Formats: sequence, C-alpha cells, structure tokens
Amino acid sequence: MDLGQINPILLLASLMVAATPILLAAIGEAVVEKSGVLNLGVEGMMITGAVVGFAIGVNTGAPSIGFVAAAFAGAALSMLFGVLVLYLKSNQVATGLGLTLFGLGLSALIGKPFEGIKAPTMAKYEVPLLSDIPALGPILFRHDPMVYVSLIIVALTWYVLARTRAGLILRGVGENHDAAHALGYKVIRVRLMAIAFGGACAGLGGAYISLVRVPQWVEGMTAGAGWIALAIVVFASWRPWRVLLGAYLFGGISVLQLNLQAAGVAIPVEVLAMSPYLITILVLVVISLRGNHGAPGSLGREFHATH
Amino acid sequence: MIRLEKRPQPSKFWAAVTPILAVIATMIAGGILFWMLGKAPLEAIRTIFWDPLFHETFGPYSRPQLLVKAGPLILIAIGLSLGFRAGIWNIGAEGQYIMGAICGAAVGLAFYPSDNVLIFPAMVLAGAMGGWAWAMIPGVLKVKFGTNEILVSLMLVYVAENILASVSQGLLKNPDGMGFPGSRNFRDFPAAHNTDLIEGTGMHWGVAAALIAVIFAYILLTRHMLGFQVRLTGEAPRAARFSGVSPTRLILFCLGASGALAGLAGLFEVSGPSGQISIDFNAGYGFTAIIVAFLGRLHPIGILLAGLLMALTYIGGELAQLMLGLPGAAIQMFQGMLMFFLLAMDVLSHYRVRWKTPAAAQEGAK
Repeated sequence: MDLGQINPILLLASLMVAATPILLAAIGEAVVEKSGVLNLGVEGMMITGAVVGFAIGVNTGAPSIGFVAAAFAGAALSMLFGVLVLYLKSNQVATGLGLTLFGLGLSALIGKPFEGIKAPTMAKYEVPLLSDIPALGPILFRHDPMVYVSLIIVALTWYVLARTRAGLILRGVGENHDAAHALGYKVIRVRLMAIAFGGACAGLGGAYISLVRVPQWVEGMTAGAGWIALAIVVFASWRPWRVLLGAYLFGGISVLQLNLQAAGVAIPVEVLAMSPYLITILVLVVISLRGNHGAPGSLGREFHATH
Repeated sequence: MIRLEKRPQPSKFWAAVTPILAVIATMIAGGILFWMLGKAPLEAIRTIFWDPLFHETFGPYSRPQLLVKAGPLILIAIGLSLGFRAGIWNIGAEGQYIMGAICGAAVGLAFYPSDNVLIFPAMVLAGAMGGWAWAMIPGVLKVKFGTNEILVSLMLVYVAENILASVSQGLLKNPDGMGFPGSRNFRDFPAAHNTDLIEGTGMHWGVAAALIAVIFAYILLTRHMLGFQVRLTGEAPRAARFSGVSPTRLILFCLGASGALAGLAGLFEVSGPSGQISIDFNAGYGFTAIIVAFLGRLHPIGILLAGLLMALTYIGGELAQLMLGLPGAAIQMFQGMLMFFLLAMDVLSHYRVRWKTPAAAQEGAK
C-alpha cells in the first residue's frame, strides 16, 4: 500500500472529469423535475447518448460532432417519454423505467460494431494565463472543453430559472400545473421543452463517458450514473448550484476509490467499487431525515386539462 | 380535433385488449427494426414467436426452456406487481434475486457433500430470506426516514453485483475448481440440485413455486383484507388513509414479499438451470420482470401469460441469433418497445377518445 503515490493535484483534476457526466445529466433532470415531471429514464438517455456520441465521434473523427449528435439523440429519446407521459397520460414512473430498459437495448444494438475501438481524443483546452497558476491551474484550467461547457450550462440554468420570466413560468408549471394552466400558460408545451432539455443534457453526459472519460464503448458502461444523477437532484433540493456541489462531491468519491484501488489499499476491490452506491444511499437517507424541502408541488402528478 | 375524456372507471374491456394490441404493434415495429437490420421481417418474427414452440427440430429442445425462463420472470413479477399496485416501486429485484441466490447457495454449499433431504428446503428458506432482507433495506429506510425506495433499491443492485463478484472469486469459490472463479456446480451435488420434477419438461421447483405464487397472489388480491388494502392504496390513496390502512405495514409487506419472491427465483435459478454461483449467472430477469408485471396488467393471471410470452421472446431471440444472425441486443430492444407500446395504449383504458369538430368543442365549452 502506498498512499504517497496519490497526487492530490491530479486527484482534484480528475475529480472534475469524473463529475462531469453526472453533473450534465443531473442539471438536465433538475430542470425536468422543476417543471413537474419525473423522468426516471436518465440512465437510458445517457447510454444512448454514449453510444451515439461515440459512433458519430469515431465516424467523423471529431468528438465535438459526436457530442452534438449525442445531445440530439438524448433529446429524441426523451421526446418519446414526453409524448407518452404528456399526451397519452402514461404513468411517469413506469414510462421512465421503460425508457431506461429501451435505451439499454437500443444502445447495445447500435454499439455492437463499435466495441474495442478507441475514441478520437479531444484536445485539452488550456485557459490562457489562468492555467499557469501553480496548483490551481492544473486543477481547474487544463481540461477538455466539455468540462467548461458543463459549468456554463449550470450557470445558465441557474440564471434562467432564478432570474428570467421563462424560468418563473417553468417553476410555476412545476409547482402547480392547474394554476399555471388557469393563468393561460401552456403546461404541456413548457414541460415538453423541459424534457427535451433534460434529454439533451443526459445525452451529453453519456457521450462524455464514452468519448472522454473511458474513452471506449462498452455495453452498459454508464453503470448507474443516470440513477446517481437522479439521487443528486434530490440531494441538491432541485437547486442548480447544489447540483454542482453534489456532482463534484460524488466525482470526488468515485475518483478517490479508483485511486485507492490503484494504490493497493487493504480494502477489497469490491468494497471500494460498491462504495459510490452505498454513499449515495447514505446521502439519500441523510437528506430524507431533513425532509424533502424544495420538491416541486406537482412533481410526478398527471396533468389533464378539461378545458 | 381529438379530445381525451377521463373515464370514471378504467375500462375493463380495454385493459384486457391493450396488451394484445401492444404485442401486435411491437411485432410490426420489430419487423421494421429487423428489416432495417437486413433480415427478412416475417421470417424473424416467425423464428421468435413460432419456431421455439412448433419447429420440428428446435421445438423439443425449446419447449422445456419456456418454463425454465418463465418461472423466475413470473415469480419476480408477481411480487413486484403487489407493490406497483400500491405505488411502492421496488425496481431493485435484480439485486434481491442475486442476494437470494447467494444466501441459498451458501447454505447448500456449507453442507457439501451431505445427502440430507433437508438441505434443499433449507436453501429455499435461505434464498427467500436473503431476498427479503435485501428488500427490507429500502423498506425500512422508507418507513423510518421517508427515503425514496426507487433509488435505494436500484443502488442496491450494483452493491449486490459487487458482492456477487466477490463471493464467486472468494468465499463461495469451488475449492476443487483449480482457481477458476465460480462455486461448485450443483449438478454434482444431488441433495441440493433443483432438477426437473418431470424429466424433460423444464418444470423445476421454481416453476412450481411460480404457479403457487400466482394462485396465492390471486387469492390475496381478491379475497383477503391485505390485498384489498393494496388495491385501495393504489386506486385511492386518500381514501385508504382515512379508512385506516397503515402505510408502514403496506410498504414493508410489499417490499418484503417482492424481495422474498425475487430471492426464491434467484435460488431456484442458481441451484438449477444456471447450476453455480458465477459472476454473471444473473441474466437481468429482475429488470425484465418489470415489463412482465406491466404487460400482465399487474394481475396474477395476466402475469402468468405475460411471463410465458416474455420467455418466448428470450428463447426465440436466441434461436433468431443462431439461425438468422440477429444481434442479441435486438431482443432486449424488442422487449423495451413492448413496454412502450403497452404504456402508450394504456390511454385507451383510462380515457375515452372523442373526435370533436372545433364547433362542437365550442359548444361543449359553453
């Protein structure tokens, strides 16, 4: 065992990489839930994003095109959910589960020819000047562009939700869809857009795993990241900045356990590998002790306009 | 203009017809999918749904497999359906299935190579307890702290998979296995082996247990107070609370029962068809059972039929893989599509679809 070989700077830098997929998926799902819809299909949209992003990235040789395609794939899949839940009034929990099962099958089917291929590398972007700061530079400012994109998405989400009229309408629809409908807002349309945003974010998050983090296509490679993203939304009380905090905390845990595995700590590998899931459960328990403050009022409820 | 009108009561007619419509729609969409994969669509559909049962060469081999595959699916889905009816979402059956298999197999292996007749019953008990205990974790957390059971039960699947990886390479590894991962094979341990009850039919103890579970669930839901409370909580949660249904009791019962049944399914699988604890003995039955439960309308008889149909797609899928080179993942997607079509058509049983001209709609608004 040699803990000395764990470099704290590298650890913190890889934390941001490990957290990015979950951060993207969680911020998207936070918006969906803010609009009053519970989409349990995050895992399915992530894995579809992962395979589509990888396939397009490999075929074009440009990871950035892969990311765009992944966002579209995630959004397209989420529209399936949206139509079922919003227009055909299906049960949200069951439909979300169905989306996950469907996405896992779809991704396995698309991904077969891409097994064992390496993804084109995405160039790191070193922020001028800032990346030369000792310690902070390598940790914060020498990442691939998607890390910064994810942070920008979080900031924009916060701004739109908290400071704009569109955000106010979205929150209103989520808090009380009957009241919002009575005021003349298009509940279904707002929710459909929120679901599409959530799907696109989940797709980006999935593509980040297959194009940057691993970077390969392996069947079932998201390994519960989508579900952890759902847990982080609860942990964050549906607030964008806390989603960021939750995702980075979680990224820290998963990177730490990988480093401990590599350092050969006397804890069995399986115990380390299950630790992120156990910690997620623990966090959920602690959060529920406090009570679910901040859950949107209409979350998961069916909306049916009679007029 | 199409308008949906909520029915005061879900239509019994449409509830029975929609699963059949969904299967037909899935066959059509599946045919298009197979055609896009460059296979003859009709041949693929026939290979999946017809050949496993009636083909001269494959039938005799495939027919017993139908029960082998349907057994665990039905057993798990029956348990899940109780919770789903009451709005208690145990989606971690896969984990409970694994833990049941591990606990049951451990009890059996501890007595190797004894030939005591009590070994198998003890394993069955341990399997059920293992699954039950694993499901009690989300149950107790939900009751005590209000923690979301969907996320906890699902997280525990990944924990169980890691435990499985650990024991198959450590605690339960075959001491005579020359270092290969995986436990002793139950085929070489007659007292603990879950064999065919009737030779060559695939009818093992797990299938018998599934049939018993169907009957018990039917009686529970139609004739017993607890079953009534489950149904009431699902259909009218507020009324259930006023009439004094204890949510705590219901949550623990539903999660416990589904966990125990999933654990049983795991034990029967590991001691029979799969034969040993190995890293990947679990075939995702815990997740497919969710589709089975919905396809069967959360009704015991429906689940029995849905389980058989889903088992058919598994076997037919394998056959199509062999005969037509259809990718195995296509079947997984096929099953996912079925769930979607089913949920989409559900609208017909909960709503009336009305065609209204804009003028008539105006009239209605007045």
